[in-house]
Amino acid sequence: MDHQLLTAILFLSVVALTLFITIRASRNSSGTADFYAGGRSFSGFQNGLAIGGDYMSAASFLGISGAIALAGYDGFLYSIGFLVAWLVALLLVAEMLRNSGKFTMADQLAFRMKQRPVRTAAATSTVVVSVFYLLAQMVGAGSLVVLLLGIDKTNTLAISAVIAGVGALMIVYVTVGGMKGTTWVQIVKAILLMVGSALIVVLVLAKFDFNLSELLGAAQSNSGKPGFLEPGLKYGIDQTHKLDFLSLGIALVLGTAGLPHILVRFYTVPTSRDARKSVLWAIGLIGVFYLFTLVLGFGAAALLKGDKAADVAASSGNLASPLLAEAVGGGGGSTGGAILLAVISAVAFATILAVVAGLTLTSSTSVAHDIYNAVIRKGTATEEEEIRVTRYAAAGLGIIAILLAIPARNLNIAFLVGLAFAVAASANLPAIVYNMFWRRFNTRGATWSIYGGLVSCITLVFFSPVVSGKTGLDADGNVISAALFPLGVDFHWFPLENPGLISIPLGFFFGWLGTVTSKEPAAEDRFTELEVRALTGAGAEQAVQH
Amino acid sequence: MSSDLSPHDSHQTAARHDPVYDELHASPEFTELRRRYRSFVFPATVAFLAWYLLYVVLSVWGGDFMGNKVVGNINVALVFGLLQFATTFALAWLYSRYSTSKLDPLARELDERFVALSQKGGER
Repeated sequence: MDHQLLTAILFLSVVALTLFITIRASRNSSGTADFYAGGRSFSGFQNGLAIGGDYMSAASFLGISGAIALAGYDGFLYSIGFLVAWLVALLLVAEMLRNSGKFTMADQLAFRMKQRPVRTAAATSTVVVSVFYLLAQMVGAGSLVVLLLGIDKTNTLAISAVIAGVGALMIVYVTVGGMKGTTWVQIVKAILLMVGSALIVVLVLAKFDFNLSELLGAAQSNSGKPGFLEPGLKYGIDQTHKLDFLSLGIALVLGTAGLPHILVRFYTVPTSRDARKSVLWAIGLIGVFYLFTLVLGFGAAALLKGDKAADVAASSGNLASPLLAEAVGGGGGSTGGAILLAVISAVAFATILAVVAGLTLTSSTSVAHDIYNAVIRKGTATEEEEIRVTRYAAAGLGIIAILLAIPARNLNIAFLVGLAFAVAASANLPAIVYNMFWRRFNTRGATWSIYGGLVSCITLVFFSPVVSGKTGLDADGNVISAALFPLGVDFHWFPLENPGLISIPLGFFFGWLGTVTSKEPAAEDRFTELEVRALTGAGAEQAVQH
Repeated sequence: MSSDLSPHDSHQTAARHDPVYDELHASPEFTELRRRYRSFVFPATVAFLAWYLLYVVLSVWGGDFMGNKVVGNINVALVFGLLQFATTFALAWLYSRYSTSKLDPLARELDERFVALSQKGGER
């Protein structure tokens, strides 16, 4: 059997399995606490798996191993930021958010502030971050599935159908399964991802007698690049690139704990102690996974030669893990190779589905709970009405994402993931941290920090080289545009691709400025309540008893 | 429904205030809980962020140092990177131990007091 047929069968199995799970999960679901927070009844371990499933996107699975395969050590730099970031979530955010919030990021801010302005700001930022991330994932899904199924790159209809299919699936997971269904999809994906990559890692290490130094030596010599094992191939080119990496590194470490689809996961467990346990499990899983990507990336650099190595380079690294799986399974044409290639492709596919479902659920929950109920209906909507609006919002956002992703499929939009992290770090994290630790913080401070961080991020990125002016070389050595706009359009004046270095301090600054220029005694009084509740769990939302 | 148990409705404006929280906030146990929490997480956050930034800065500006070989093909850069993993795991484990033994008992006690006080308030 050829591997593309096998891959297609495994893809369909993943779809069937996740749909089955979603439908089962929907049976025992009633009310908003079930739909938005899975009844708050997942265990710390289950939620830890789901956090891993929500967080480890195709960008980290295929992207980081691919970056290591192509740029050596510099690819590894990403994974460290992605992991260390979880300490911010563990120490400062997870438990206090679980105790003081309800369903969305806005709940925690609105606890002691004026509902409508704060919820509008937080929902805006939630939707913006989620849609950026979603678009990057869906366009990635299109090109990935095309690559894995061997569909011709010029086959517009097939690529559009894949993007629409992924979009339709995520709408089904969210509208039918709510948080329970989405969580189980993420748990299954996390298990598939860990088992699948562990298998390849063991097979790669076995080729080098489990000697890491030999693997690294082989990677270095096969890559033909002298500095392959040292930092600098990708970010060491000049001072601008170095500053850019510093900016990215700060956004990665501070952005994770401000990503709305991560924050809402802390509401799905019964107590703040379970929220802590889930982050501990997540740190373990994600840490081990990034150690795996190190072996996968250097393994691909060491073992893929000739045509296969050229294929990896042509796919910007995305094919490194799948082709490595084929190589350690026995090589192209062998049964073992075909099976492993198909398995890893299916794992990558499951990865995409779980992440897009989490993003869609989070943004549609915020639209219904924060905008529709709190702002438009002033809190009078019933739970049924709120859930109905969430379903409409999920369908609406899903369709918008499909309609944007199809024309964007040939554009360079990988920067949207970095932008999502930068917005999360510049707009959301300052508001969350101030709210927990600063008595004086108030409504104006919260809205200013969110809008200030959001607008400065988007403005800086709009005038950065990733939107206009960045160039690259295609396979034949011609100069092509590596930016959103085509070659010849260049209006960039901000030198860095990552805005975090400027926009994160701006977010914190605006939060401070807004606070000190406004007096709001109620917000200060309610801080007492927030502080007690956040630290002790007194009066926190309870798990649903079925 | 769970929201009925909470002392306030999250859709109201921030004006309402439950006096039970003031009582808990003023208690020496709460002051101690907050002190213990902050005395761990604030220094720990500063330390791991500084340690991470040192790594990032050395990675981009410390090329020669990071390229030194330690054992075989394993260089300082790789050891430094793996150390970031090790310190992340270690700090997570330390915090877990600390919070279980120093924070959770106090938090539980205050939570129980909150339940008792709220019930008493309801009967009045």
